[in-house]
Amino acid sequence: MSDHNYTPETKIGKWFNDRLPLLTLANHLTDYPTPKNLNYWWTFGGILTFCLITQIVTGLTLAMHYIAHADMAFESVEHIMRDVNYGWLIRYIHANGASMFFLAVYIHIFRSLFYGSYKSPREIIWIIGIIIYLLMMAAAFMGYVLPWGQMSFWGATVITNLFSAIPLVGEGIVTWLWGGYSVDNPTLTRFFTLHYLIPFLILGLVVLHIWALHVPGNNNPVGIDIKKPSKDTVPFHPYIVIKDGFALLMFMIVFAFFVFYTPNILGHADNYIEADPLVTPAHIVPEWYLLPFYAILRSVPDKLLGVVAMLSAILILAALPWLDTSKIRSAVFRPLYRQFYWILVADVLILGYVGAMPAEGLYLLIARVATAYYFLHFLVILPFLGFREKTIPLPLSITDPVLGGSPNFATAKNKEESVIK
Amino acid sequence: MKIFCKIFTAIIIVLISLSNSYAAEKVNYLKTNWSFKGLFGKFDRGALQRGYQVYTEVCSSCHSMKYLSYRNLSEQGGPEFTVAQAKVIAASFEVKDGPNADGEMFTRPGKLSDKFVMPYENIKAAQAANGGAYPPDMSVLVKARGGGVDYIYSLLQGYDDPPVGITLDEGVYYNKYMYGNKIKMASPLSDGLVEYSDGTIATVEQMSKDVTTFLMWAAEPHLEARHQMGFKAIVYLIILTILVYFSMKKIWSRIETEV
Repeated sequence: MSDHNYTPETKIGKWFNDRLPLLTLANHLTDYPTPKNLNYWWTFGGILTFCLITQIVTGLTLAMHYIAHADMAFESVEHIMRDVNYGWLIRYIHANGASMFFLAVYIHIFRSLFYGSYKSPREIIWIIGIIIYLLMMAAAFMGYVLPWGQMSFWGATVITNLFSAIPLVGEGIVTWLWGGYSVDNPTLTRFFTLHYLIPFLILGLVVLHIWALHVPGNNNPVGIDIKKPSKDTVPFHPYIVIKDGFALLMFMIVFAFFVFYTPNILGHADNYIEADPLVTPAHIVPEWYLLPFYAILRSVPDKLLGVVAMLSAILILAALPWLDTSKIRSAVFRPLYRQFYWILVADVLILGYVGAMPAEGLYLLIARVATAYYFLHFLVILPFLGFREKTIPLPLSITDPVLGGSPNFATAKNKEESVIK
Repeated sequence: MKIFCKIFTAIIIVLISLSNSYAAEKVNYLKTNWSFKGLFGKFDRGALQRGYQVYTEVCSSCHSMKYLSYRNLSEQGGPEFTVAQAKVIAASFEVKDGPNADGEMFTRPGKLSDKFVMPYENIKAAQAANGGAYPPDMSVLVKARGGGVDYIYSLLQGYDDPPVGITLDEGVYYNKYMYGNKIKMASPLSDGLVEYSDGTIATVEQMSKDVTTFLMWAAEPHLEARHQMGFKAIVYLIILTILVYFSMKKIWSRIETEV
């Protein structure tokens, strides 16, 4: 936010802006110089903002009809599905919206990993992002408990029981979390309260995330620092706004398909059975987006160490800017890192798959190997690569690769020629 | 853009296959053509009305359907009985009401606003009458089983003599499609068990299909509205996406960069 030299044209605008510089902010946001070579992986920031707003709006509407009581929660959800006007639509958007939110956030995170967006000077943006991700997981987990189905109840029991692994005070903490000696009505009401609170915390952190982004500006696929504004940048409006809008619409088509045609495919059938503390489901599985971490948790034979491993798997990401010792940001210029990157992607997908399977036999073995590799990637491969990797020379500016060696070169050249003719 | 589309599609496919892997045991269920599947899927009105008949005359003696009301029977997208028919159906049930001015509970004929009358007072009573097994509530049963409608349809036709080596306790039956193959419900359907008023021959297969269709509607009463709205929404989004795409091309043509 360096451009403070903006002055509104109208008198009233100037009067208002002198007292509260909202117009300066709006001007900053529209003029914000953005690298012109951002590809579609960069559109997920905007998509995620859309997801958050959608979840908040549909969530508020659901909260008007939902009853957070162990005896009435399941019934009130059915009331929403049957009798509330378009209640089925709002609930299916909210339930599938959570999955879409995580789909987008995983793409957003893996984009960052590929193009080194977490590196100096963007460490704070990255760390805020990790905190947002943690809060998202907490919100999603508590939201899944609210319908009070079998998976809600037993998922809550399994996850809250993890805290009992803490030595000495563990049992006490679990009782405190539950508000009793088992998951019951007090647990449900506090989960509802927190599920309502967390999205607004996320919203606040998103503002900080974007603020921190606007200090150094966007990273870009080439990963080099660029002058702003320059011929390498375009103003945010209209160029990036329309591009983000186009990508968002594509995303909404996928979203709509899930909501209208397969609204329950991402959920578990058992959650349509009302919670019964006396009947344990055959397999207790979390939602798909938590499966990789669930696999890590179960791959460690010791309970406490399993919890430690699962938490480390997430928290290790916060240390990433310092674990990755390479000065080169974009994987485009890091031939070795690029290969390890795709191995990591495959590793996480494998963890997700075995997380959904029973923890026994071959599945358990695969989970253990994949867990070991996950930590190996961050703790050994990344620090080591920075010193040993022979990187490809970086171009001097974005304009160079666009007109030089990129796949777009031929098309750009054709365009030029047709203009000359 | 091309690479982006490819990778994005791959992610979606992985996601869907992952969610399918939830169902750890793969069973080959009996297949039939469900009219409510697909982009324009609608319920077969006749099947819903016949299915309701099977539910009332057979299933409802043990299975409750506590989230449905008699008014639902005349609502759009459902069996679409006329309001007069639904009133007659409701009135054929005795509903416990009260307390009245004297503080007494009393029974009266059902009204459209009443919930479906339950066969047992509570879960304990249901268990006591069924050898300890609780006949599950059928309101959302289709959504509460991994195989969905195919599972229910198969289960109803899956009764068989146990293979050699499997002994069954008293009151336990063998079913090919039941989890663990042992079920406490006796085969509920037999040919000609109900007499359809529209002349359809009541084979076990026909009744299974009809009652499963009815259960699907019971679990998803707004399915037709959802499909209709979904088609409109997606067509609208596609047209808007195309328009925005060309606007984007136009705007970005001012600078020498591909989008």
